[in-house]
Amino acid sequence: MTDFAVDRRDLLLNGVASVAILALDGLAPAPAMAQAGPDTLENYKPVYFDAAEWAFVMAATDRLIPADGEGPGALATLVPRFIDRQLAGDFGKASRWYMQGPHDPDASPLFGFQLAQTPAEIYRIAIPEVDAHCRTAYGQAFAALSDADKDVVLHDLEAGKVDLKTVPASDFFAMLLANTKEGYFADPRYGGNHGMQAWTYIGFPGARASFREWVGQQNTPYPLGPVSIGGERA
Amino acid sequence: MARTQKKVDAVIVGLGWVGSVMAMELTAAGLDVVALERGPDRKTVPTFAYPKIADELRYAVRYELMQRPADSTVTIRHNTGQTALPYRRLGSFLPGTGVGGAGAHWNGLLWRPNAEELRLKSWIDERFGADIIPDDMTIQDFGVDYDELEPYFDRFEKIVGVSGKAGNLNGAIMDGGNPFEAPRASDYPMPPLEQTYDAVLFAKAARNLGYHPFPKPAANASQVYTNPYGMQLGPCNYCGFCERFGCLNYSKSSPQTCVLDALYQRPNFEYRTNATVLKVELAPDGKTATGVTYADAKGEEVFQPADLVILAAFQLNNVHLMLLSGIGPPYDPATGAGAVGRNYAYQMTGATSLFFKNIDFNPFVGAGANGVAFADLALSQMDFAKNGFIGGGYQSSQQTNGQPIHHLPLPEGTPAWGAGWKKAVGEHYGHSMDIVLQSTNMPYRDAYLDLDPTYRDPFGRPLLRMTFDWRPNELKQAQFFKEKAAEFGREMGADASTSFYPDGHYDTRVYQSTHTVGGAIMGTDRQTSAINRYLQSWDVHNVFAPGANAFPQNFEYNPTGMIGALTLWAARAIREDYLANPRPLM
Repeated sequence: MTDFAVDRRDLLLNGVASVAILALDGLAPAPAMAQAGPDTLENYKPVYFDAAEWAFVMAATDRLIPADGEGPGALATLVPRFIDRQLAGDFGKASRWYMQGPHDPDASPLFGFQLAQTPAEIYRIAIPEVDAHCRTAYGQAFAALSDADKDVVLHDLEAGKVDLKTVPASDFFAMLLANTKEGYFADPRYGGNHGMQAWTYIGFPGARASFREWVGQQNTPYPLGPVSIGGERA
Repeated sequence: MARTQKKVDAVIVGLGWVGSVMAMELTAAGLDVVALERGPDRKTVPTFAYPKIADELRYAVRYELMQRPADSTVTIRHNTGQTALPYRRLGSFLPGTGVGGAGAHWNGLLWRPNAEELRLKSWIDERFGADIIPDDMTIQDFGVDYDELEPYFDRFEKIVGVSGKAGNLNGAIMDGGNPFEAPRASDYPMPPLEQTYDAVLFAKAARNLGYHPFPKPAANASQVYTNPYGMQLGPCNYCGFCERFGCLNYSKSSPQTCVLDALYQRPNFEYRTNATVLKVELAPDGKTATGVTYADAKGEEVFQPADLVILAAFQLNNVHLMLLSGIGPPYDPATGAGAVGRNYAYQMTGATSLFFKNIDFNPFVGAGANGVAFADLALSQMDFAKNGFIGGGYQSSQQTNGQPIHHLPLPEGTPAWGAGWKKAVGEHYGHSMDIVLQSTNMPYRDAYLDLDPTYRDPFGRPLLRMTFDWRPNELKQAQFFKEKAAEFGREMGADASTSFYPDGHYDTRVYQSTHTVGGAIMGTDRQTSAINRYLQSWDVHNVFAPGANAFPQNFEYNPTGMIGALTLWAARAIREDYLANPRPLM
């Protein structure tokens, strides 16, 4: 983390460069906004989530990939920022998916996504319902619970044991978990994997994409750290 | 009222491998050819250029280069008693769209089928007796034999540029190749790719277990190569962004790297992108097509008259167009009558990941078709009576990418999230190798394609409906191969493993294979096939449909080699026989 602090200024500059690239090639996953001050969640102004939703996503991703132990957690890698931008963009709008009705939300899971709501709508609907469940069961919203209680709630969502009114709890949980892991491991251009910390942790060299001389090197760790599409190095 | 374009000799629906190679053949014969591609234009630069292409989220997770279900999809059900539901987001299979089609984002495994599989019904009857085939299993012969197709396999391999090692050269078994393959007239155009460490270990274990390992035939260049069209490939740099991506390095064979720039120089060729063919238009007597109607980028309908219509879309889309256009009678599973939609089949696949905490595999070092296979358990080598299933497969090592969002295997029992998951990804990333299975899928009386009664596409057309599920025959086959992979784990001393092999109903969420086949199958009997042995519609003689739709059942090997050979085979029939005297060739 010491190195991370030293590199913070570079990372911020690179973050700005990434935003410029996103705008140029038209794939901006969200209207990525300039932000004042260091690249931290505290300084980030969500473009999709409201305050309560943001508090839930911060708290939930922090349990899905916690900070303790080796390796960065979801908050250090700015995963909530990634999810916020994804939901404000094409993913959130389900723009690639077939969304015509009739919908059969009770279909066997083997037939995949069958909900009528887009991912952005699913988060908007499900988060207050999860918080309502937490208030009933624990007297407080999810973000205010102890880590142990948060984990119980997440396990119950995963197993479909919580009865959310509009969307199946397990569907919401699966989407939240998938988006969290995406934000952890995706290129930093999308707002997560801050400083390529998740790549550095596991040993994935990111966008290097050139290994011809390394094919025959048997059982030898690759020596270089990752690079990103925007040109960051770690 | 549709706008009408100037008439051409031939219109080609789709500009992937089939469309581009067929366009080379027909323009060489002097025909004026127009290709209509529903997706966008795609070129190595700028579409696949570095570094933008090295983006797992955009290409491998959000499927930037694939068909958008919002524009085009199918509905799926397991059996005729269910209501089919839309395949709303991609999962189990990933059809391509855009110039290059799936040929732009494949891995590049270029196999030939077993000779026995092209005459499977006859071969099983001769070898095991017809009684071994269950009543509802509708196995058929292709209607064309391997020996007839050999020159076309050979030609297609030279167009594509394949790195590999012959195992059977004109009947002589060659050391280091696949000893069970059918005879080849010539070796692969390039020597095999250099193998990653997982493949070295797999090959050693395979030999210890009594198998005959060989390098997989890879349409990834192992050296510099110029193909018969004058197109150049440079050696693969093992970038680890192959399947689901376009090649940044002019190394993976694709229509872009092997065909299109040669094709674009021909004055009698034109292509239009964002042109979705809605229907093949038929003459009043229904015996010939007059052209196709398509929607252009603005959604306006355009009629393109043509003397010859080539359906070169993805397998599912070819069948869809035939059903929508009334080309041939639709199949009815209740009576067995009608042929269009008959014999839909898929591919039975599976994978086992083996974990070795003391080995660094560098999984991000990967070519698309890197790896070593063995074919000792190929369909042609199997005793169906002893095994209790009709089928076979090949197993292989495969190190194509180490992209952590969608390919980060963890030992069975690892938590899906939390501190345990985070610890596991740190411990296991880079310390596992994969053994993958690809095996046959037999056809069944009620596994078929038709038009959905409820769901429609943005043009108001009924979606294609797929009725398909795994059967006991294929599930038994998957478990057979799962156990073979487990033997590798024991032989190699793996610390842990995890695996995925279908063991119940077809799961549309999990990526398994894009090798969807059948539905407009070829044959020599118009009662049981939609197209004849020249890939010509039995009913509308100026419509040809080369592609995986022609397969009566699915063989274990990847389909592109067969698709390319059938395209060249159909092109020869058109050029040398049909054009001088347009008529049903059978």
